[in-house]
Amino acid sequence: MAATPALQVLTANRLRDGAVVYWQAGVWADEFKDADVFNDKAAADAALAAAMVFVKDRVVVNPYLFAVREEAGQIRAIEQREIIRGAGPSVRRDLGKQAKPSMEAFDVSI
Amino acid sequence: MPLIKDGAFVQDAFVTVADDAALPDGAAIVSLARFQKEREALLIRNAPLGVQLKSPENPELLGEDVQRFSVIVLEFPVFRDGRAFSWARMLRERLKFTGEIRGTGHFLYDQIAYMKRVGFDAWNVAEGFRLEQFHRALTEITNVYQPSADGKKTIRELRATPRP
Amino acid sequence: MYRYDEFDAKFVKERVAQFRYQVERRLAGELTEDEFKPLRLMNGLYLQLHAYMLRIAVPYGTLNSRQMRMLAHIARKYDKGYGHFTTRTNMQFHWIKLVDVPDILEDLASVEMHCIQTSGNCIRNVTADHFAGATDEEIEDPRPLCEIIRQWSSLHPEFVFLARKFKIAVGATPHDRAALLWHDMPVEIVKNEAGEVGYRVYAGGGMGRTPYIALLMKDFVKREDILAYLEAVLRVYNQDSRRDNIHKQRIKILVNAIGQEEMQRRVEREFEEIKASGSLQLPQEELDRIRAYFAPPKFETLDDKMPVGSYDFENWKKTNVHKHRAPGYAIATISLKAIGQTPGDISHVQMDALADLMDQFGIDEIRVSHEQNLVLPHARKRDLPAIFARLQKLDLATPNSGLITDIIACPGLDYCDLANARSIPIAKDIAKRFENLDRQHDIGELKIKISGCINACGHHHAGHIGILGVDKKGVEYYQILLGGSGAEDASVGNIMGPGFSAHDIGPAVERVVDTYVKLRQSGERFLDTYRRVGMEPFKNMAYLEQMYAAH
Repeated sequence: MAATPALQVLTANRLRDGAVVYWQAGVWADEFKDADVFNDKAAADAALAAAMVFVKDRVVVNPYLFAVREEAGQIRAIEQREIIRGAGPSVRRDLGKQAKPSMEAFDVSI
Repeated sequence: MPLIKDGAFVQDAFVTVADDAALPDGAAIVSLARFQKEREALLIRNAPLGVQLKSPENPELLGEDVQRFSVIVLEFPVFRDGRAFSWARMLRERLKFTGEIRGTGHFLYDQIAYMKRVGFDAWNVAEGFRLEQFHRALTEITNVYQPSADGKKTIRELRATPRP
Repeated sequence: MYRYDEFDAKFVKERVAQFRYQVERRLAGELTEDEFKPLRLMNGLYLQLHAYMLRIAVPYGTLNSRQMRMLAHIARKYDKGYGHFTTRTNMQFHWIKLVDVPDILEDLASVEMHCIQTSGNCIRNVTADHFAGATDEEIEDPRPLCEIIRQWSSLHPEFVFLARKFKIAVGATPHDRAALLWHDMPVEIVKNEAGEVGYRVYAGGGMGRTPYIALLMKDFVKREDILAYLEAVLRVYNQDSRRDNIHKQRIKILVNAIGQEEMQRRVEREFEEIKASGSLQLPQEELDRIRAYFAPPKFETLDDKMPVGSYDFENWKKTNVHKHRAPGYAIATISLKAIGQTPGDISHVQMDALADLMDQFGIDEIRVSHEQNLVLPHARKRDLPAIFARLQKLDLATPNSGLITDIIACPGLDYCDLANARSIPIAKDIAKRFENLDRQHDIGELKIKISGCINACGHHHAGHIGILGVDKKGVEYYQILLGGSGAEDASVGNIMGPGFSAHDIGPAVERVVDTYVKLRQSGERFLDTYRRVGMEPFKNMAYLEQMYAAH
């Protein structure tokens, strides 16, 4: 049986201000919702390789791929860490990317 | 590899010899392992001798022979491995070594001033390293709080000195 | 408190210029991130989940009002209006930009502050009792020695690239408020039989993956020899520590690998040599010179009567006001643990208001405790009602010092790149559950400490109830530990069993506390009951629901 291809997103932090950014067709987007979603490993790896140029050019640090899944037509991060990176601290809903009107609500319930 | 000593680029008078290579006629630097294996033969040579220590190698392993070396090279396998700072200081202060202590391997511009303070007096630097960087590194922090092998006056001593 | 002279000021100024140059080189590509990282860490700069985090040194937890105002200014100008006090009494800002840091350091230098060695594999901030200089329990104020150690350790050329971080604390009281024995090198001020004051030095304490309580190195080091002894310990550590496995490179690993006796022997050898050289001898006049900076304020002759006040004031007095050595004075704890708020966080408004309060009531210093609270060391008893009223308006008057809602929590996965789980929401949840003040007083002293990962910045190993956040297949889980202590009876907490989900950890903690209330004997704190009855009863109750679910 063929394995389901994993969905991945490429992310990094901007060198100058540490902000979380996402790979979007060769540029870095601020919001998770704008990120390219890779459904094949080759494309994901190619993007990661391309991202290394931005490391060399001192634009970002530490680019890496992380897993996402599709839920009710939305792309969502799987790991809590990436959910929080994409939104902001769950304990300060008024701060970080989640504070932008375009962001949807972030589930903080425990 | 460019060598800085006495504030300038100098020719390296020594050849660093691999463990399995033939010794040159002149000044040579060998590994500790080779020195321990070929000690008699190396000491008998009528040429200056150096030894290169890896970061886990305590200079006390040289025993009484420490004074026989013209140069002791301390390796930084990676800049984070700071054992050589203690080894250099030990060579100067406990073992009273007066020869050249040379730093080699992966160390940063930012470590040069600390290296000087603990007793290094020669630096193997990367190709393209600019001499003015070396001098700049030594001027970043003017005064020091603690004594070290360089004998530099500490801030406490400067405080006690009556000022005009 | 210590005041910079021209040498200290120049030192910090040059350090700022040095870092500015390092940032330039980083941005110009002359330094890789791998090379830059230890350099920025040694100026307290981390790259965290959302931005850079800057950790500002608060030496031995002491600040004046001018410095507090500067922290407020930095919060406003460079961050998002708030900061966080840590378990090493430093200040952290979570939303920093790399390019702003040289300017921030310059601003800090203008009020005699810095970020030197607040991170990195070097000697860190030296901490002490937050009641130092105010308590009548101490042999002497530990902070002059802290300042002397701070200077000796600043950019120490031999010890800037240690195998791992190195934390020193100085104690001077029988009741330890500084978690002394959990440090890499605890220094205790003691008196020998002849009545001479000297130092008892330990080594090898530490939290993290493998927690250890420090072991005695030398029972009595003479005053003038203390720096020689500390240097000897550091030298043995720098030379002999492992460098092959990041998890095995703290001094606690070395001490336990070679044994206490062997460690003592190696240190003694170095110590004898350093002493003989005389280079680190600490002259009495230097100690006296530094001591003069820490002379207590001139205490007025005041009526020692403790004022009475409102119901709220009386509650606050019960827990947050402590005995002062001078009649008419008191030590007051300012709780940064308002129910439902992030432990240790403080807004720029609160910081400025506290600076004003200090000035208005003539209190020169404010202290940071490793329990993430603030302390007014020298409050006049007669001023307490007015101080309290002011604190109440600022939401800084929670009457919970030392009670169950006085929780220590690290920033956790909400902020920290190293974390496995969130800690702040757990702290908030638990605090809300135990909010009732009568219930809190009935429970008494119960220190809950929460870490979001094994690095243990929340000190969970030293919690009466410790909570460790773990990652179980991408889901946040929480392990409970019981019986840890950060006081003079230092002990390592014991893991109770499998972790609880974020939803279940609060109820589990409640069942643990209920078990204590059921089993306790007269006068026993939670810690005492646990030590008497052991893990079993607590474990049985905590997992009760899981057991019912399973059957």
